[in-house]
Amino acid sequence: MPAQPSSAKIPVTVLTGYLGAGKTTLLNRILSEPHGQKYAVIVNEFGEIGIDNELVVGADEEVFEMNNGCVCCTVRGDLVRIIDGLMRRKGRFDAIIVETTGLADPAPVAQTFFMDETVGGKAKLDAVVTVADAMWLKDRLKDAPEAKNQIAFADVILINKTDLVSAEDLREVEMRIRGINPYARIHRTERCRIPLPEVLGRNAFDLDRILDIEPAFLEADGDGHEHHDHDHDHAHDDGHHHHGLKHYHDEDMQSLALRTDQPLDPDKFFPWVQDLVAKEGPSILRAKGILAFKDDPDRFVFQGVHMILDGDHQRPWGADEKRESRIVFIGRKLPEEMIRKGFASCSA
Amino acid sequence: MTETSETPSVVERTRPVAAGAAVVGAHFIGKVAAFALAEEAVLLAPEGAAEQRVVVHAGGILAMAGDRKRVVTGGDDGKVMAVDAGGKASLVGEDAKHRWIDHVAVGPAGAVAWSAGKSAFARTGTGEPRTIEAPSTVGGLAFAPKGVRLAVAHYNGVSLWFPNAAAEPERLEWKGSHLSVSFSPDGRFLVTAMQEPMLHGWRVVDRKHMRMSGYAGKVRSLGWTADGKWLASSGSEQLILWPFQSKEGPMGKPPRMLAPYPARAVIVACHPSEAVIAVGYADGLLLMVRVDDGAEILAQKPATAPVSALAWRADGRALAFGTEAGEAGVIDLA
Repeated sequence: MPAQPSSAKIPVTVLTGYLGAGKTTLLNRILSEPHGQKYAVIVNEFGEIGIDNELVVGADEEVFEMNNGCVCCTVRGDLVRIIDGLMRRKGRFDAIIVETTGLADPAPVAQTFFMDETVGGKAKLDAVVTVADAMWLKDRLKDAPEAKNQIAFADVILINKTDLVSAEDLREVEMRIRGINPYARIHRTERCRIPLPEVLGRNAFDLDRILDIEPAFLEADGDGHEHHDHDHDHAHDDGHHHHGLKHYHDEDMQSLALRTDQPLDPDKFFPWVQDLVAKEGPSILRAKGILAFKDDPDRFVFQGVHMILDGDHQRPWGADEKRESRIVFIGRKLPEEMIRKGFASCSA
Repeated sequence: MTETSETPSVVERTRPVAAGAAVVGAHFIGKVAAFALAEEAVLLAPEGAAEQRVVVHAGGILAMAGDRKRVVTGGDDGKVMAVDAGGKASLVGEDAKHRWIDHVAVGPAGAVAWSAGKSAFARTGTGEPRTIEAPSTVGGLAFAPKGVRLAVAHYNGVSLWFPNAAAEPERLEWKGSHLSVSFSPDGRFLVTAMQEPMLHGWRVVDRKHMRMSGYAGKVRSLGWTADGKWLASSGSEQLILWPFQSKEGPMGKPPRMLAPYPARAVIVACHPSEAVIAVGYADGLLLMVRVDDGAEILAQKPATAPVSALAWRADGRALAFGTEAGEAGVIDLA
């Protein structure tokens, strides 16, 4: 459990996106708009930022494996060092933004906040924001596993450069993103023009903010993108239906959502989920859950990154609230049947 | 510490020092206590005279070391500065790309080392500093007690480098990320604190490995008793001491655990001649602990923030401390 209330911790936004998608544009926008906030910025390359900021730090993107027998437990060694150094000057800035290179995997960045005591004690992960190129993302999803990771991992996705593609192409890009990650908030932007509260201060990793786990749909989407008759990108019908929406199925990266109104037995659920992430951790990028345990008046919420799980009692179930347990995994080649069976066996 | 009221105390012998900022390091230059502050300055607190604030960096101070004649600081302005007891500041080195100076170390005969990212630098005379590139970001630096030999900790091991020789550094390997590094006073052992809550050690002569684990958290502070018999470490809710009396080091022997307390021990400093260790905790408590019988003396009561700096005067008769909240002082033990 954290030693101090999370509100005292400095929020950290992780900015990802494949090469050329527009990360630096977004970063410059964040730094130049008059919002009264001061940011410390950890960048992978100096010189790209056109804004004077005394707290711009160059990073090395060093991914270190932890000696705990888990191949997916990695941290960004440079972030441990830099955040430790920045925290000595607490008071000089309100938040930290970490820009990653286009080829970076967001997981080690996120895991650093859970694996390193010093970093986790003083800073908290706010959200992973991914900038995607409306024109090129489709191609990158085919040839660049990094691009897919960045989409799968994201809490907020900006589909940028929308002015360069047709409405139809844009819709298809969205569908492909949804096929990988139905839970991120998607925004369409030109030159990353977006109200900053949509990107910053999201509290996406805050257990108290896990209110509902439903697929998110595009906001301000005038023409109703829930087409049921769009082209499928591969021949067989995968049979997935989310709320009546047939969607693109990514062969490699999927999400799996399970729910039950049977109360769960904590003595069955915890060993199961811990064993699952211990074995399948490398393929599970993100996990989230809201759980109703038998004879427990409180909602239990959890979230995870690879094999790291973080969970707590959140608040009492409301009188009118349906006591339903829901869990979601986003990952690569998830063993769906095994997870379904395992979850079903956790009922009290 | 179980019963505060019965623990002998030297709290009333504290001379408070108005640091005004988080303290990142402390060191005695003769009788002058020097505190490195998180922002810009080194604060000199001489006995019986006014405190002096010496601005050395245009920004934050990330690291501090001292050799009793001066203190050396590394800043996020890319500079390495030295300050003497009189408050005279001088530039020791400057990173060409103005990268953060993450670590500094001082060695025999006035040698100074520092690192910025993967680059380690050593300056042993008046000439240009020598440099090597480590395989990854440098986690810590330490000079061997004799000769000019520098240990550079990094991912997957430590490089042992003679800055004045042309030879490639020797590599001591062990998987994982190595942070603080420390030689035993006789130079026979080299120990690192790792990213994981454990220490790793090598017997330098034959590179025999030593693993020291069982900590509650990351170890951020190491120190050797003056006789070299014990390695003191932070990282648990007590002081952890590994026995180094034998040629085998601590292998197969349990550590001695003293001064248990509900908060994490975060910093240790060994007395310059006696087997006594000052231990600072995460809640600001500061104790002096005798190794032989575990006797404790209260040096500071719990306050608002973790103890972040500790230094003994060379004669062992004064102890300087500072905290992350800017509390600081000198405790007179004469």
